[in-house]
Amino acid sequence: MRIVCPFCGERELGEFTYLGDAKPVRPAAGASEDEVFDYVYLRDNIAGAMSEYWYHGGGCRAWLKITRNTLTHEISSVEPAAGVGARQVAR
Amino acid sequence: MRYSIFSLARAAFSGHKNWQRTWRDVSPKDHYDVVIIGGGGHGLATAWFLASEYGISNVAVLEKGWIGSGNAGRNTTIIRSNYGLPGNTGFYELSMKLWERMEQDLNYNTMVSQRGVINLYHSDAQRDAYARRGNTMRINGIDAELLDLAAVKKMMPFLNFDNARFPVQGGLLQRRGGTARHDAVVWGYAHAASALGVDIIQNCEVTGFSRDATGRVTGVETSRGTIGAGKVGMAVAGSSSRVAAMAGLRLPIESHVLQAFVSEAIKPLIPNVMTFGAGHFYVSQSDKGGLVFGGDIDGYNSYAQRGNMPVMEDVCEGGMALMPMIGRVRLLRQWGGIMDMSMDGSPIIDRTPVDGLYLNAGWCYGGFKATPGSGLVFAHLLARDELHKEAARFRLDRFRRGAMIDEKGVGAQPNLH
Repeated sequence: MRIVCPFCGERELGEFTYLGDAKPVRPAAGASEDEVFDYVYLRDNIAGAMSEYWYHGGGCRAWLKITRNTLTHEISSVEPAAGVGARQVAR
Repeated sequence: MRYSIFSLARAAFSGHKNWQRTWRDVSPKDHYDVVIIGGGGHGLATAWFLASEYGISNVAVLEKGWIGSGNAGRNTTIIRSNYGLPGNTGFYELSMKLWERMEQDLNYNTMVSQRGVINLYHSDAQRDAYARRGNTMRINGIDAELLDLAAVKKMMPFLNFDNARFPVQGGLLQRRGGTARHDAVVWGYAHAASALGVDIIQNCEVTGFSRDATGRVTGVETSRGTIGAGKVGMAVAGSSSRVAAMAGLRLPIESHVLQAFVSEAIKPLIPNVMTFGAGHFYVSQSDKGGLVFGGDIDGYNSYAQRGNMPVMEDVCEGGMALMPMIGRVRLLRQWGGIMDMSMDGSPIIDRTPVDGLYLNAGWCYGGFKATPGSGLVFAHLLARDELHKEAARFRLDRFRRGAMIDEKGVGAQPNLH
């Protein structure tokens, strides 16, 4: 697996760290116990194309949002995760 | 058929031409008291314990491919019970005791070899942690010995004791730990379960659950037709989320890939199972002479049954740090298996919110050693509808209750367990 970082170009997997599924969104402070439980512990654990967060610690140190197929490891898109970096790329 | 020295001699003198099939490969009936999804070690062990301990032999084990083709045939064959937390210590020791009598129980040579498992320590802090773990084990009636440097040198003189960065200081040894032949464990349970009337059905993929008006599971839809069931047990670690999703359940599990490696055969070198404490590397030597070893999971969600280069490199570096002389040994084979990584690193054996559906999942990368224990406690749950006392903490709702069994203490981040 190699990842084409939007800032650094194509780099080997060892430079990146995995966080996981990009779908769960942190609930608001007043959210119910059920919502927090769901966010922290339950996963769709998708077999197929999955949107996920990776961190390019061995390069630009940007967080990336990557769409990758968990059945084949094929990467279909890499984009900067929402934040300062993403805004710089858009400019 | 029953195996003995006489059956072996008879087969040998007839040129090994008359060996019989060791278990029946059958077509599904319309209905079973219990249907178990997954023909790996855990599923087959569950079926055998149902038939032998609980008197329920109208049981089917459904396997998508061939039995033992998943993680049961992909692990590094290590057995041990050196756990530290309540809930785990008792359960894994139950399993260890079942390993010790498995061959007699099953009338099958599963090549259980209690050659010892030693975890090396490389710092004062790690020695303290291992001493604590060893004491925890001994308080629970499990054997453990803390070895100093001289004792480790005597046992394994070939290690690199002069490593400046990770000097070996000693190790925690469980002499009763060791290895077993993984494929034989699968065939042994199939052999013994089949003899008691359990139907083992291969090439039978479950595609859905049949439910009645109350939502209760009444059977499974499969690639070989609908099969009715009084109760359905899932033992499909690696694919638990996918099968549970067919019943509308979401689990606290992520599927990750773990790689294992075998070197070319060399002369006898490693007398036990050995782990490197300063990285993640564990190794034993098979009877054929190959070094069987592994390390961390790759760290990203995967169902692909293959891993990538960074982990291969990391694992081999661990081996080299410990035994620089293996640098000239060539890697013969490498493969990957799919692990059910749970949110606390411990398994789940429980009823599900769906009536009639029972779950055996979340084995992370420690499922092989648990095979007999898992079979017994899951059979207990299916037969009696109550939790076995040694598995009473492996509840599905423990995450909601905050009753985690987190040996490593890293929290709800499955790729770090």
